[in-house]
Amino acid sequence: MVTAVTNWGRSGLADWVLQRATAVVLLAYTLFIAGVVLFGPELHYAEWKALFEQTWVRVFSLAAVLSIAAHAWIGLWSVSTDYLTERLMGPKGNVLRLFFQAFIAIALFTYVVWGIQILWGNHG
Amino acid sequence: MNLDIGTISLPITAYASILHRISGVALFVGVAILMWLLSVSLSGEDNFNQVKALFDSFFCKLIIWGVLAAVIYHSAAGVRHLIMDLGVGETMEGGRRGARIVFVVSVVLIVLVGALIW
Repeated sequence: MVTAVTNWGRSGLADWVLQRATAVVLLAYTLFIAGVVLFGPELHYAEWKALFEQTWVRVFSLAAVLSIAAHAWIGLWSVSTDYLTERLMGPKGNVLRLFFQAFIAIALFTYVVWGIQILWGNHG
Repeated sequence: MNLDIGTISLPITAYASILHRISGVALFVGVAILMWLLSVSLSGEDNFNQVKALFDSFFCKLIIWGVLAAVIYHSAAGVRHLIMDLGVGETMEGGRRGARIVFVVSVVLIVLVGALIW
């Protein structure tokens, strides 16, 4: 019987696939930004702002932020369920793990909201 | 047979694995730094130039280099995982070779990025 309730997709296999799909998105985004910085013309504010005003760049950036949220949750969930456990720390391990996971969830949600704000907010 | 994991010396594949984890946890914080840089750099010409000026400070360079080093290692180790998912390099020797390649590629890229920053 499946008793996992804190993992992302409620199934190890779903998490496994999503971890890889989000990794590919993040690798593509990393290479894109690296390409702009390394091989584009020297960056000034006007070009930098124009780049992030293009819809496809905003959508790509949002995909990257959402991928970070899912990818980091699956990764840090794995880390927390390996080390912050009753086996290693006694009963307080369970409490510590849940607080850690709550902190991670709040932080990742903040990243998503912040990311939308950066991409679509008014900067003047 | 020695089963005390605390006294078993780690093989290179274990170092590749734990570094993937450590760099991942570090990136959870590093992402906040990168998003902050993006946020400030998009919020006006003066702020953009201030972000550029950060690259004049040794301490700021070191932090940015550290974050990028984590990005590079985590990406290289991640690509190795994807290649292994395709069934390539899954043997004991393949695993060792893959770990060595990840270390070499990462060190080269991290040094190159460091040279670009400085």
